[in-house]
Amino acid sequence: MQVDIQNLTKKFGNVVAVDSLNLDIKSGEFVAFLGPSGCGKTTTLLMVAGIYKPTDGIMRFGDVVVNQLQPRERNIGMVFQSYALYPHMTAYSNIAYPLKLKGISKNEQNIRVQRVADVMGIGHLLDRRPSQLSGGQQQRVALGRALVKEPDLLLFDEPLSNLDARLRLTMRGEIKHLQRDLGITSIYVTHDQIEALTMADRIAVMNQGKLEAFDTPEGLYERPKTLFIAGFVGNPPMNFVDVEVSQNGAGPVATNNDLKTHFTIDQVEKVLAHKGPVTMGIRPEDIVVDDGSDIRGEVYLVEPLGRDDLIDVRIGDTRMLALSDPKLKIQPGDTVGLRFNPERLQFYDPQTNQSLVW
Amino acid sequence: MASQSNGGAVQAAPSDPTLNQRSRTRALAANLTAYSFLAPAGILVILFFFIPMLLVILMSTTNLATDNFTTNIAEWQYVGLRQYETLVNDPFASKVFFNTVFYVLCTLTFFNVTMALIVSLLTVHIPRRSGFFFRALWMLPRITTSAIYIMMWERILADVPFGILNWFNELLGQAPVNYASDYTWVFVIVVNGFIGVSFGMIIFTSAIESIPKDIMNASLVDGSTLIQRIRHIILPMLRWPLLFVITYQTLSLLTSFEQILLLTDGGPANRTEVWALAAYHRALSNYYGNTQWGYGAAFSVVLVVIGVVLAVVYMRVFRFNELVAEPKIEVL
Repeated sequence: MQVDIQNLTKKFGNVVAVDSLNLDIKSGEFVAFLGPSGCGKTTTLLMVAGIYKPTDGIMRFGDVVVNQLQPRERNIGMVFQSYALYPHMTAYSNIAYPLKLKGISKNEQNIRVQRVADVMGIGHLLDRRPSQLSGGQQQRVALGRALVKEPDLLLFDEPLSNLDARLRLTMRGEIKHLQRDLGITSIYVTHDQIEALTMADRIAVMNQGKLEAFDTPEGLYERPKTLFIAGFVGNPPMNFVDVEVSQNGAGPVATNNDLKTHFTIDQVEKVLAHKGPVTMGIRPEDIVVDDGSDIRGEVYLVEPLGRDDLIDVRIGDTRMLALSDPKLKIQPGDTVGLRFNPERLQFYDPQTNQSLVW
Repeated sequence: MASQSNGGAVQAAPSDPTLNQRSRTRALAANLTAYSFLAPAGILVILFFFIPMLLVILMSTTNLATDNFTTNIAEWQYVGLRQYETLVNDPFASKVFFNTVFYVLCTLTFFNVTMALIVSLLTVHIPRRSGFFFRALWMLPRITTSAIYIMMWERILADVPFGILNWFNELLGQAPVNYASDYTWVFVIVVNGFIGVSFGMIIFTSAIESIPKDIMNASLVDGSTLIQRIRHIILPMLRWPLLFVITYQTLSLLTSFEQILLLTDGGPANRTEVWALAAYHRALSNYYGNTQWGYGAAFSVVLVVIGVVLAVVYMRVFRFNELVAEPKIEVL
């Protein structure tokens, strides 16, 4: 089912939690709402669920305007961070509850609960209460409860945040797989960009109640349109330096007091056309440790990440995060040379925070 | 507690006798501090609860009354359990017993539990501030001085020109009604019930508000209406608060009597006389021409025994011991 959101706004008193949001979610699509705490992503989800009533704007499921519909009239399934299982009911009763409310016969309830339980691999746990289940098992029951009524729309509110890292990885794959198999349109709220990047077809990045971008994971990562997205998406985060851009004999060059680097990106003219200072962005993985480089700085901190070392380098007043090969055995206090990949630089207008390139 | 602290100290320094001695002294000093803080409350409880209770039990084995009254315990005329024999065979006592059961059951059912539930369920489903306002209104009967509260009710029930209810009757062209005597039980229960609602209301409201928001939302998404959510989710999760309110309020209703004393004084014709009031009337009021301290004390002791038995049962049911945690602070 298609979900169309236009100018959706939610105010709590004078606080604008969600500010004129526009989203067009295709049928069967998996969309993630990504943003820091308090950015309005959960508020938006609760409006889609029908728990909150929007202050302004229109929400359509297919062709139906659902603004005034109660949650029970929307045929949605929802999974919560806290699992939100009913503690006084067994796993079976929890899953059967939506069916019971629909007035479906006991026999049919039984068949459908068993079927969902088999898919989720919790058939042997059905007579236990939530308190007798582990976190992962509880989340499977919660997922089963959301799926059992065959919803048109699945809503996830940070469903994996309470699980340990290992289990999170497994469940991530399972949810993704299940969603693709069933083809149910899904909205997935998370503050974890890895989850959003790995699971979603498209990601809606939100910041302070506003939609910053609505794009594919690849688009967000490769072509960040705003400074916020550039800094928010990607781990370790992108480095930013204020520079002046100019054209010299060897081509376009970005300079400030501490460093100077050539760049060869596609839309060079757009960057050169900009008057005044620009903010240059470069991801840690696009920086190479090269002692032949002119850009030299002192290593302040080394964080071993296993496959790479994350090094924090001070170049004059400029701080740079870069990834280096652990075999180089870089130590804090060492002086290293850094070379930026000239094709991978991003440029932003510091006044508008918009990209000069995309 | 003393033995426990000492035990810990001994274990900490098993080999060194001087150290052992010193820590034992320290533990003793710490315990002394603790007991000295407990002492004032302890003395009050002993002085104004345990000693009076023992005196009442003692008194219930005498035939102390106006004609042989003395404050010298040695001169009391002890009659063993004869007062209890009288009580068991007294038709008045059995009438009072059934009055009390009726009073406690009705007040508890209609007000202390049902009305309290209704008020909390309604006030948590409206905007927070309005909910708070209505709950504050329901607190008024409890925080109003009982004498004033009862005087207000007397005015509500009185004849015209004072009685508000009868004033409405007159306005509607109805004949005046003698509410105070024709509907005595109704008003005894309503008057006490209005006071009782707030206790359950506070317990239930906080219990409902402590149900996680996600669970409340999940039930709506799963397809329940607000009524179904109350039936399937909220009420089952209120099991313990419900049990607690029922048990606690049974005890307090059993011993409550001042409102009835002021409103009807057990009348008309003993119709609203309850057990605690009967004890008071026998022992402390000479309405019957002869105050019978011995007999009244027997009434009181029966009430104390019922109370203690119920309290022990409730503590078992609620596993009171598990609710009281070991202190986290080791040394004062």
